[in-house]
Amino acid sequence: MIQALNSAMDVMLGRDPGVVVLGEDIGYFGGVFRTTDGLQRKYGEHRVLDTPISELGIVASAIGMAVNGLRPVAEIQFADYIYPGYDQIVSELARLRYRSAGEFYAPVTIRTPCGGGIRGGQTHSQSPEAIFAHICGIKVVMPSNPYDAKGLLIAAIEDDDPVIFLEPKRLYNGPFDGDPDKPAVPWSAHPGGEVPDGHYTVPISKAQVVRTGNDVTIIAYGTMVHVAEAAARSLGLDAEVIDVRTIVPLDAQTLCESVQRTGRCLIVHEATRFGGFGAEISATIQEHCFWQLQAPIGRVAGWDTPYPHAFEWEYFPGQKRVAMALEAVMSAS
Amino acid sequence: MANRLRTRLHVPHPPARPGDRADFSYLKLQPAGAQPRPDVKVSPQATLPLATGLVRVLDDEHRAVGPWDPRLDPEVLQMGLRHMLLTRVFDERMQRTQRQGRISFYMRCHGEEAVSVAAAMALRPADMLFPSYRNQGFYMVRGRPLVDLMCQLLSNTRDMCKGRQLPVMYHWRQGNIFSISGNLTTQFPQAVGWAMAAAIKGEDHVAATWIGEGASAEGDFHAGMVFAEVYQAPVLLNIVNNQWAISTFQGFAGGERSTFAARGPGYGVAGVRVDGNDFLAVHAVTQWAAERARKGGGPTLIEHVTYRASAHSTSDDPSRYRPKDEYERWPLGDPVERLKQHLIALGEWSEERHAKLVKELDEQVGASWREATKFGTLNEGPRLEPDLMFEDVFKEMPAHLVRQREQLRTERG
Repeated sequence: MIQALNSAMDVMLGRDPGVVVLGEDIGYFGGVFRTTDGLQRKYGEHRVLDTPISELGIVASAIGMAVNGLRPVAEIQFADYIYPGYDQIVSELARLRYRSAGEFYAPVTIRTPCGGGIRGGQTHSQSPEAIFAHICGIKVVMPSNPYDAKGLLIAAIEDDDPVIFLEPKRLYNGPFDGDPDKPAVPWSAHPGGEVPDGHYTVPISKAQVVRTGNDVTIIAYGTMVHVAEAAARSLGLDAEVIDVRTIVPLDAQTLCESVQRTGRCLIVHEATRFGGFGAEISATIQEHCFWQLQAPIGRVAGWDTPYPHAFEWEYFPGQKRVAMALEAVMSAS
Repeated sequence: MANRLRTRLHVPHPPARPGDRADFSYLKLQPAGAQPRPDVKVSPQATLPLATGLVRVLDDEHRAVGPWDPRLDPEVLQMGLRHMLLTRVFDERMQRTQRQGRISFYMRCHGEEAVSVAAAMALRPADMLFPSYRNQGFYMVRGRPLVDLMCQLLSNTRDMCKGRQLPVMYHWRQGNIFSISGNLTTQFPQAVGWAMAAAIKGEDHVAATWIGEGASAEGDFHAGMVFAEVYQAPVLLNIVNNQWAISTFQGFAGGERSTFAARGPGYGVAGVRVDGNDFLAVHAVTQWAAERARKGGGPTLIEHVTYRASAHSTSDDPSRYRPKDEYERWPLGDPVERLKQHLIALGEWSEERHAKLVKELDEQVGASWREATKFGTLNEGPRLEPDLMFEDVFKEMPAHLVRQREQLRTERG
């Protein structure tokens, strides 16, 4: 997935002279996750900029650059570090088009690694999608495989609206089904790991059915797509698994059509449960599928605590938690 | 028993509160002409005397003196006076309309007209301005029709913001004036990014931004300074020190033991402290900093020493926190009056011409107001279509907003 993201930026830097990439450690060094490796050598230090350690400054200067005709791709080193830039995202980036009635806008893409499972403790593991989903005027995207990651990132960079692009870092080097004791699987063993060279896009605002089924609809995104698939498989359920891919604007139609058919729904995300984005999905499903529902909508999420270092796998919503919730959704009549 | 040294918490107090005699003895002043004008490529550290001193051009006899005299043609000075007067007449009229309930809110820049007008005149039209909410003079200099500004204040059918922004939060893409946020200091590091982009593209346009001294306490100030220094961005970073941030005096923003301009050299950024009520000094310093930026010399932090003669906004009552007569005792005078007296001293202006100009501008503002109100006011006349609230959230309206727009239509019947 790292190579896919790198390729997306490479393609866009090559195609559009207005594209610039900026962030902490992303230039000479190529990023702490190597996502921007080689880009500065290829495009120069005016197009691929190392920045001071200031998320506020990164977001704000990206806004200024975008207003001056560039198309910045800003990296926030960890999603957990994004908060110093939060006011610039919420009050400025998201609302500039609105407040100036379309005269000014800032096509900024903010890439940031999110999620746990890498022994990151409470400051390198958060999944803050819900606090961006609540903001009007920014799109929020989270891919679950390299093919989507590249296509969605190119779409995000080409989009004239600002996009928060969340990269589940546990998926950087391969799919992950939630079992940390199993040997790591490379992306080459997964169909989503096949990434074409060159330019292509995956549309923002379209969910994807990754596994068709009739018994229950599992709605997930990011790392949890793989965990949900594995859990459904282990129970031998004919489950439909949908990868949300774009959190805002949400493809409610794809989700609701599926639940109307299966009559059962489980929502899975890694972020904390209370006020999490699953609540919004659940309410949407309830509003549109109430008369087809055969069981209460289930939700699986991280516990409502910070992400603890020593209890990472007790915290992580793994296959067992998903399977138990699936059983509850299936047994209710 | 001997006094023991111990920790203490210092709470700044302004020199005078209501009922006290106004006291500006804390202000460090210098006579006009006292500061040298260094080459524009001077090192940031060498600007420390400029940052702690005070650049002034107009002396007490209304003469232009010293090396910072920009030697402007009388026609330019007359144009500056006209823009400042128009700003003031416009402000006074809009204040009255707010009191009459015709607009919901207003913010005047009374006493600070030179800060905006002189700076905008010293910059080029292609230079990008990132204003605060007290820079209406930019619009006068760059020639936005008053009717357009008034329609924004009225949130009427011709409102440039389509009814989405508080009064005075203008924008003007064509005139290169950025949208005003309302959240403080956010424009400061954005201007740095704009300037970085100009340099990346190899253009020689500069960016300029303005914040109040109170707003310089925000983290955005620090981020902007660091980015400006690191990339040597072609940007003018202005702090308008008008002594008051609503009710807290400039000591609460860090002005008690240092000047605001002196923060510049600390960051490795050139700093200049200028008499903000001296049209010639503001013009000269802006020109100097713009030339420095255009020649690759990097950013300049400029502190404009001025005084907020009016309330913070129409929702504020300064008699509750500062002496009523402060402005009368303000040692740097009134910017309009000072430029007027300078022009008279030059033999290029007279009381008669001044009175005639005021009358002309008054009529211009009055006629514009009558025109603007034809497009509706808060309470009467045509109204913007509420459907508009769903547009421009995104470039294309997503399904959930289409649904909500439909719901509102149903709700309104």
